[in-house]
Amino acid sequence: MGTSLIKTDALVKIRNMSFCRGKRVIFDDVSLDIPRGKVVGIMGPSGTGKTTLLRLIGGQLKPTSGTIEMDGNVIHRLSRRDLYKVRKNMGLLFQTSALFTNLTVYENVAFPLREHTQLSESMIRDLVLMKLQAVGLRGARDLMPSHLSGGMSRRVALARAIALDPTLIMYDEPFTGQDPISMGILVKLIRHLNDALGMTSIVVSHDVPETASIADYIYVISGGKVVGQGTPEYLQQDENPYVKQFIHGLPDGVVPFHYPAVDFGQDMLGEAS
Amino acid sequence: MKNVRSIGRLGVDVFSEVGAASQFLFRTLCRMPRFKKSFPLLVYEIFSVGVLSLPIIMVSGIFIGMVVGLQGYNILVKFSASEELGQLVALSVVRELGPVVTALLFAGRAGSALTAEIGLMKTTEQLSSMEMMGVDPLWRIISPRFWASFISMPILTLIFCAVAIVGGYLVGVAWLGVDSGAFWSNMNASVDFHVDVMNGLTKSVVFGMIIAWIAVYQGHATVPTAEGVGRATTRTVVYSSLAVLGLDFVLTVVMMGGW
Ligand SMILES: Nc1ncnc2c1ncn2[C@@H]1O[C@H](COP(=O)(O)OP(=O)(O)O)[C@@H](O)[C@H]1O
Ligand SMILES: [Mg+2]
Repeated sequence: MGTSLIKTDALVKIRNMSFCRGKRVIFDDVSLDIPRGKVVGIMGPSGTGKTTLLRLIGGQLKPTSGTIEMDGNVIHRLSRRDLYKVRKNMGLLFQTSALFTNLTVYENVAFPLREHTQLSESMIRDLVLMKLQAVGLRGARDLMPSHLSGGMSRRVALARAIALDPTLIMYDEPFTGQDPISMGILVKLIRHLNDALGMTSIVVSHDVPETASIADYIYVISGGKVVGQGTPEYLQQDENPYVKQFIHGLPDGVVPFHYPAVDFGQDMLGEAS
Repeated sequence: MKNVRSIGRLGVDVFSEVGAASQFLFRTLCRMPRFKKSFPLLVYEIFSVGVLSLPIIMVSGIFIGMVVGLQGYNILVKFSASEELGQLVALSVVRELGPVVTALLFAGRAGSALTAEIGLMKTTEQLSSMEMMGVDPLWRIISPRFWASFISMPILTLIFCAVAIVGGYLVGVAWLGVDSGAFWSNMNASVDFHVDVMNGLTKSVVFGMIIAWIAVYQGHATVPTAEGVGRATTRTVVYSSLAVLGLDFVLTVVMMGGW
């Protein structure tokens, strides 16, 4: 079933992890592995907890039970100090890009370097220009974030996320709201950076074709569970009705088209209350 | 019954809010300043919090001083005591108007801006992304703003008082013809540095800390929506103003013994 990848050494190991918000169960006994050096897609409809999963891996949320391990560190048992140290090895690209609006593009990318290293100004300059060159925005270094298009700010955020050469980079819905050209650029960049810098990438998304085109392995989550996993080719053939509906984008299936409601005819006849 | 319950609810809400705010303050204060990196941040914030508040503080100061001079003169002249104008202006400004009016203006000018700024950073996930970069926003964003407000308030109060006294002088001496020598020497004789000036400064330090605390807490606790930022900003101004006026009364009662 295309699980051979999983046998390789895993950078992130999630074991029997559950997470609840109040009474609502977001994850229910989830176990998954992110193999080192690969691009892993995590897919599922909006509201299933994809962003929550990234925040759990980043240690901003703590699982209710189970463990999340990165590179041998159990994230939620680290002291604040160690957690901040581990975070230098991960980059998270927020859905909103989350650039610092009071800093220029250049200063945004320089920010993690200034905070975490004692490098000289000329070294910082070289590194920043290198990262900006990698995302194709060296010429935009003096712009403010408010002057960037959506695709550009996502690339700046990407340059900032890789400034410290992290081992793990996580993308939260990188393709949402992008025009076809920026989408193409991002797809290419994610794959290219992963291989060129030797990183491990997690791409959270609900855009099936884009994710399938770059991911080595995909997890499909729904209702707090992993409902399908495998290589993109394998998932194309998957007969699990849920996975089938999601991967092929069928409007009706196990997930009904209609939000639960009383019978339509009855509703139309009913009084306006 | 319903009223009793909603009063109880309000009480619980107030206490849990104050509890959360205290915990937040404690965590902020615990962040060790790393001197080499914190100092430039602090200087920058003092500039944006303190220096940029200067114009409004000075303009208000001169008007308040002039009004007190005018009102005071009209009363004093009835008792043929217009030479005492310097004393009246100086005491009312140093003891009360200086710290209180500066604090109210500061809450409106700087406190609201701080809350809006922090709240917006939270709403746009800038604080979250900073955390994920391994930089603690409490240390990088909150703490410098807190200390900058705390440091700026007493200095702004002193400037306000000085400007207000000049305002009183302009009206009393230059316009209404009070003797300049009497104006200053009466002021000199009646204002005691240790009692009056220090009391005024103590007030401003307390107010500065309260406003800084409310502003950064409200910013950090903002509900991350556009509406949430608006509400948090309003709350900063309302809570700070009420806290300043209430505490001013308490502090005045405590300090009155010395006068
Ligand atoms: N701060 C929060 N407080 C309460 N519930 C939340 C919060 N953030 C997200 N949720 C809930 O958790 C669920 C998963 O959210 P999220 O991880 O953002 O989903 P996704 O990224 O897959 O669209 C959502 O249904 C949302 O309602
Ligand atoms: Mg999301």
